This record gives sequence, C-alpha cells and structure tokens, in this order.
Amino acid sequence: MSAYLKLDHIGKTFTRGSASTEVLRDIRLTIDKGEYVSIIGHSGCGKSTLLNLVAGLTQVSQGAVLLENQEVNSPGPDRAVVFQNHSLLPWLTVYENVNLAVSKVFAGRKTKAERHDWIMENLTLVQMAHATDKRPSEISGGMKQRVGIARALAMEPKILLLDEPFGALDALTRAHLQDQMMEIHARLGNTIIMITHDVDEAVLLSDRIVMMTNGPAARIGEVLDVPLPRPRHRIALASDRTYLKCREAVLKFLYERHRFVEAAE
Amino acid sequence: MSLPVIKSDVVVAGPFKPRPATVVPLAAQPRRFDLRGLAIKVAQSVLPPIVVLAILLGLWQIAFSDPNSSLPPPSEVWAQSRDLIVSPFFENGDQDIGLGWRVLVSLERVAYGFGLAAIVGVLVGALIGQSVWAMRGLDPIFQVLRTVPPLAWLPLSLAAFLDSRPSAIFVIFITSIWPVIINTAVGIRNIPQDYRNVAQVLRLNHIEFFYKIMVPAAAPYIFSGLKIGVGLSWLAIVAAEMLTGGVGIGFFIWDAWNSSRLTDIIVALVYIGLVGFMLDKLVSFLGALVTRGTASN
Repeated sequence: MSAYLKLDHIGKTFTRGSASTEVLRDIRLTIDKGEYVSIIGHSGCGKSTLLNLVAGLTQVSQGAVLLENQEVNSPGPDRAVVFQNHSLLPWLTVYENVNLAVSKVFAGRKTKAERHDWIMENLTLVQMAHATDKRPSEISGGMKQRVGIARALAMEPKILLLDEPFGALDALTRAHLQDQMMEIHARLGNTIIMITHDVDEAVLLSDRIVMMTNGPAARIGEVLDVPLPRPRHRIALASDRTYLKCREAVLKFLYERHRFVEAAE
Repeated sequence: MSLPVIKSDVVVAGPFKPRPATVVPLAAQPRRFDLRGLAIKVAQSVLPPIVVLAILLGLWQIAFSDPNSSLPPPSEVWAQSRDLIVSPFFENGDQDIGLGWRVLVSLERVAYGFGLAAIVGVLVGALIGQSVWAMRGLDPIFQVLRTVPPLAWLPLSLAAFLDSRPSAIFVIFITSIWPVIINTAVGIRNIPQDYRNVAQVLRLNHIEFFYKIMVPAAAPYIFSGLKIGVGLSWLAIVAAEMLTGGVGIGFFIWDAWNSSRLTDIIVALVYIGLVGFMLDKLVSFLGALVTRGTASN
C-alpha cells in the first residue's frame, strides 16, 4: 500500500542575500489516510516551516511532498490550514468567512442552496451555528478558532493542517476544543497534521507523534506511536499507564535528549 | 467554664414574612439623565464656537467700521449680500443665481474629477502596493509629481483638451489622485500575511483577491487617502474655476472681484468653507460605514 501523504527527503534552506540558513534536513515521513499526526518540538525548530511546506505556502528546497502520489508544490484547498491566529477576515461575518471558502471551492459543483446547507452543517459541527451573523471582533478567541476549523473543514480537504490551533487559548477553552477536534476526527475520519508544543495535547489527540530535533537543520528525531484506543477521555487517561508512558517518552525526548538551547546567532 | 446554652428556639428562624419589594423604575431614570447629558454635550460642543465666532465678528466690526477702511465690516456684508446669505437657491436670470446653485455646479465637477481619481488611484495604488518593481519604478515619479501645485497643470490641460470643462475636471483629478495612490499602496503593503495565506489556500485569482481581500483589508488606508484627496480637489476646483470661468463658485469670486463686490466674496468664502467641511465629513462617514469591523480584529 502506498502512503496517502509522503514527505520524501524534504529539505528547506532559506536564503537571504548571501546568508543562507538550513532549517530542515532530510525529513522523511509517510502518513496514512485518516491518521492524526502531531509534530512537536521546541520553538524555532522548523515545525511551522514543515507545515507550510505541506500546505505549499513555502517551496521545498530538496525532496518533494507527495499527496496520493502526486507532487504538490502550490497551496490548494485539498490541504486546508487552520492558522494559529485564526486568520478570519474581520470585515466578514462568521457565515461569510466560511462562505468565502465554500463558494470558491464548490463553485459549479453545488447549488446555492446546497452551499448554504453545507456552510450551516460545518458551523453546526463546531457548534457555531448560533453566531452566523457575528463578526470576528464580536466573538471570543475560542469561537474564532472554531470558525477557522469550520472554514477549513468546509473545503473538504484531503489533509487538514493545524498550526498550533489551540496555542493562543486559555486552558479550559483549549481542552474543550481538543475534545471537539477528537469528535470531529472520529466522525469524519480526516487525515490531520497538527503542530503543537503541548505534550498532553499531542498524546491525547494523536495516533503518532513526530518529534523534531532542534534547529538549525532540524530533522525528525523520533516517531512515537500512541496505541491508545479511541474514543479517548482525558480524565480516564490521566492515570492510564500507556498514556503516562507516551507522555514520559515525549518529555524525555524534549527535555533530556534535545534540550532547548538558545540558538547562538 | 460553661458556655451559655443556646436555646434551640432562638436559633431557628421565625416564619419568613416577605416584605413587599419596592419597585425601582430603572428605565426611566437613566433616560432622563441621557437627555440632559446629551443637551450638555451639545452645548459643550456648540456654544464655544458660537461664542468665539461672535467675539471675532465683533472685533471685525470694530476694526473695519471706519468708512474709509479697505474691507467691509460684517454689518455691511449683511446689508449688501443678504440675498446670497438667506436664499442659496434663487434664480433671477442667467448669471444672477444663488450660491447654492454655483456650489452644486462646482460639486459636479469635483464628483467627476475626484470619482475618476478615486477609481484610478485605488487601482494604481494596488499595483504599486503589490509589486515591488512597480513601486520602485513609479514611486519616485509620483513623489515628484504630487508636489506640483494644482493650477500649474491648468495651462497644459487647456492645451490638451481645448475646452475649460474637461480641463477643470482634469486638474481636480491630477490633484487628488496622489494621496489616494500613496495611501492605497501603503494599505496594501500592510495586509497581514495571514490574509494572503488564506487567499492562497483558497486559490483566489487576482481579481477575486483584489475585491475580496485587498480592498476591504486596505479600506482604512484607502479612505484616509480619499479624505485628503477630496479636500485637495475642493481646493483645486475653486482655483481652477477662477481661471476657466463658467458658473462655479470659484468663478463667482473672480467675477465679484472684477465688479468690486467684496461682500459677495466674503459670503462665497463662507460657503466654500462649509462645503469643504461637509465633503470631509461625508468621506469620513462613508469610511466609517465601509470599514466597520476592519480595524478591530
């Protein structure tokens, strides 16, 4: 069986003038359909760059990103991104923000009524159907992020890319959204790549955790399987041995073997 | 040491007798306060300018009440140009019309010239905001051209159009376009990368990106450019009309000067000031309406 998404010996070097920085080196990873993969690492290690490469927002320097054996090197709605700071357009309402994506992606494929139903279905999925006419400035941070997720889901992406989606939220809101994300994943079976720096979040949500070494020239240090059955419940898992072992493994990787050192410029 | 025993009947509360609650009329009170507050606010913003105006008029009256003085005092303005002040829209024949009509004619020219400047300015501004090379090539030229005074364009434009009407409109256009271009370009350069990423993921084409992302995102900047532009075009039209003639308010001043009606000129100046003020407020109001929500995130 060939992989759904394949990162084939990816390297990325940023060049500015005569100075060049190698950010990522020789990233090899295959992801199956329906898998939930987290990428964790210290800040500045190139996690977000890696996500941008998959999204096509940044071009690879070496290697290739293959989605269903097709090389992708430009952005597209088949790889929808949920940005860390939600990136909703402030002059549009919640409904219009999702509509922007739906009317573009499904132009010609769905009628107006079908598109409306599809927008409402996705807003209902993230429990935001009650606030369709609100503008982003009128809703809370957690709600904005939920609309961002609805917008991404509404594109019916092959892969959903989450760039520290819950990073800017308070702990309680974050937990609530994590639960919702698990529910959505269980219901729709999306393939998801999530960038995170939260160990608990990674273990709770993922099937596999990809751990990155520190940059420059970061690479994949280890890939950890999380063999926890789904559905998962955070309270039950709090004392689960497998959960604790996974958590320990990630913590050891991050804080013993690859301690964060301030990069000496 | 023995503590006094608390008898149980003391502790147990007696039967609860509900006291009738006094209903406080909450709604009525603040509304009356609001009305008073509003009146105070209006008084605070209206009274000072009226007082200052009265003082200034008084000083003016005192300073120029000598019959030999070069300029007329306010009382003479009122006496001689009363028809212009009290009825802006009278019509007593071809050239004897109210200043309201003249202002409307000038406003029509502004509408053409400034409207064109707004459209072209936003498009060109978008181009130089988007493309580094267009900016490097065009920005220095614009910076030089924008310092050319409006009237300096008039002879050239008369030579090109051979008619005063399009020439006046062109002068307005060329005067008011620069702030629109420059502000639009700055606004577009400041569009957050996030919005661009969203557009890229959705694969918006250039036209969709222009009107769905660029214009709304840069709207606050565009409107501050338009606000400067409309002020400049009002400055330009009065000057241009003095030279090109016609029915506008600018020509009226020139005409009044030639026939030594100084009081009419003073009334016309007040008209021009008030209309310029209203144009400025109108663009601000439109801007506030359009950019609702854009500024806050």
